[in-house]
Amino acid sequence: MKLAVAASPHIHSGSSTSSIMRDVVIALMPTLAASVWIFGWRSLLVTAVCAGSCVFFEWGYEKLNKIPVTVGDLSAVVTGVLLAFNLPVAIPLWQAVFGCLVAIVAVKMLFGGIGKNFANPAITARIVLLLAFSTSMTHWVFPDALSGATPLAIIKSGDLASLPPLGSMLLGRHAGCIGETCIAALLLGFAYLLIRKVISWHTPVVYIATVFLFTLALGKEPVYQILSGSLVLGAVYMATDYSTTPSTNWGRVIFGFGCGILTVLIRVYGSYSEGVSFAILFMNILTPYISRWTASRPFGGVKA
Amino acid sequence: MNRKLHGVRVPHRKNTAELAAVRLSPPETVTIPMSMHIGAPAKPVVQAGDEVRVGQLIAEAGGFVSSPIYASVSGKVKKLGELLGSNGRSMPTVILESDGLMTPFEGIRPPKLETLQDFLAAVRDSGAVGLGGAGFPTAVKLSVKDLSQIRAVIINGAECEPYITSDTRTMLDRSDDMMEGARLVQKFLQVRRLIFAIENNKPKCIERFRALTAKETGMEVRALASQYPQGAEKVLIYHTTGGVVPEGKLPIDAGAIVLNCTTLALIGQYCRTGMPLVEKCVTVDGSAVKEPKNVIVPIGMRMQDVFDACGGFASEPGKVLYGGPMMGIAVPDLEQPILKSTNAILAFSQKDSVLPEPTACIKCGRCIAHCPLRLMPADVEAAYTLGKVEALEALKVNLCMECGCCSYGCPAHRPLVQTNKLAKAQLAAWQKLRREQAEKEAVQ
Repeated sequence: MKLAVAASPHIHSGSSTSSIMRDVVIALMPTLAASVWIFGWRSLLVTAVCAGSCVFFEWGYEKLNKIPVTVGDLSAVVTGVLLAFNLPVAIPLWQAVFGCLVAIVAVKMLFGGIGKNFANPAITARIVLLLAFSTSMTHWVFPDALSGATPLAIIKSGDLASLPPLGSMLLGRHAGCIGETCIAALLLGFAYLLIRKVISWHTPVVYIATVFLFTLALGKEPVYQILSGSLVLGAVYMATDYSTTPSTNWGRVIFGFGCGILTVLIRVYGSYSEGVSFAILFMNILTPYISRWTASRPFGGVKA
Repeated sequence: MNRKLHGVRVPHRKNTAELAAVRLSPPETVTIPMSMHIGAPAKPVVQAGDEVRVGQLIAEAGGFVSSPIYASVSGKVKKLGELLGSNGRSMPTVILESDGLMTPFEGIRPPKLETLQDFLAAVRDSGAVGLGGAGFPTAVKLSVKDLSQIRAVIINGAECEPYITSDTRTMLDRSDDMMEGARLVQKFLQVRRLIFAIENNKPKCIERFRALTAKETGMEVRALASQYPQGAEKVLIYHTTGGVVPEGKLPIDAGAIVLNCTTLALIGQYCRTGMPLVEKCVTVDGSAVKEPKNVIVPIGMRMQDVFDACGGFASEPGKVLYGGPMMGIAVPDLEQPILKSTNAILAFSQKDSVLPEPTACIKCGRCIAHCPLRLMPADVEAAYTLGKVEALEALKVNLCMECGCCSYGCPAHRPLVQTNKLAKAQLAAWQKLRREQAEKEAVQ
């Protein structure tokens, strides 16, 4: 009889990277369904192309470099879906594929793959696309001839009377990126992620509350501010990315607060109408410092 | 109320909780190691060929931090041998050949108990060591310089490891011995507060001790959440008294003494009857065991004999443990004997003996969120891998009690607590070197 000898523990909870990523994909499904309802089948096509290209680029990079293939962890699928959700429905597919290349190869794999990248791949790719293809990235096509300005652009222009009613803000029937408009579906996924303990509430709640309070103080339509743009999408699904955000609860509070302040500053004083991506990317860069400031204090530890 | 320390929800798998322990007939031989406790090994006082009876001294304590050992069967000393233990070190043993009669030693009589010194001597002579698994000599733990330091004695009935129910059986089947022990501890150590701490997945034990302590003064029962590692000393002290054991200090520095419930029962039993520690209630379970049950076996009985008495194996085991699956020690062979501190032996099927392969850390922070002592295991792993010993010191890896919550919950299956153990050793060696260098410089 041969007995295995190993250090304890000898059992495991059963969770895995792929089970976590699967939960994130599940949480994103209501929003995907809503996007098809709002923007039509092309949003499904864009999402599928992005998810597929992200998986392909990760697989290809690993094959070319003869390193273990990790596409089974589903993180590339999550990146692809999130990038698609940050694109307008009419985006030319080749531009979307280019975004996937940036996200997976330049931002994720070149820094060592999952867990090693310091910037959120989908956010960074969105910013690259926004700078490279500003026209198609801000070309809002809405099937019901409601195309035109996003709520944030309307707020910026000062023409508050043409803002959509709050009900359609929640349901997302207005111009915007594929996965950012339907707040109800995004919150449904948020609830799922909280129940499954995939993410903690700290960053999303602090982020959205900060935007609300800051815009309230500035008198800039706080309710519309939190329902518009990619704030909820970013706060729930991007500002909670494990690799690129702090892993302590206080760190997450600071991260959310910083994102909130930066988002409002860009939205209100910047030349862009939306600032979520820039805010999250900037806070990504600060993450190592936030982690250091908020390192947990060991129980019973005595200062050396 | 204080904020609770973190931990993990492990499956309970207390399959044997309702099964009262069965006393097994003695095996042909027992192999009794001389190191079943923390401290100096016991020194054998018998030689091959000597006649021994149950409860007769076969090895005396080898120092202050040590514990005497008694014959667990009646018969003859076969030889003084050596055994390769589960820690990979060879240790001296006394092998007894049983005559099958289990005749008690004629010198067994209750100890004289008049002063604190008498009581501490009795605890020492009972062979008591931390029976929850730690194996620290109980008499040493109770030798407190200033009794007023003791604000609470906590009786550990948490039994937070999956599978193990031997403490449950002690609490249900030996509650009289436990109460006897509790009264003696209370009396001689002048304890004002004695807390029976029991996880709430053992309602019968809680009910029993609520009833037993109802008329006692200074005794209370605390039902604790079933959360691993509730029974860890530092966690238990904090959750029952709010006391925090400072780094490098002992529980008594937080005003607390923690005694495992089976240790307490032994103290009660010895003071009542004079029969020292010669047998253990052991939970035999795991997916490879045919008939999981609780058994009472003589100390030194080989694992193979115990498993055989439980119907043998349902399938060939891939891993066999002393203790529970969270902190238990995997043994290399079934020749390993039941020790004083053994509360369970578990055998797992081949399938259940393999853990998932590690993948890259995704920085999810679960290891931080789960650590009861608020350490940062992923950072420890990174620092250890890079050989940054100063960083390990700053991360306080020395505090790690190796409960395994970090590894248990890690979605990337990183060997976190395993790395913590290596890091602790590396840090300790480096600190020792630094101390020696500082001393050398001080001399010059």
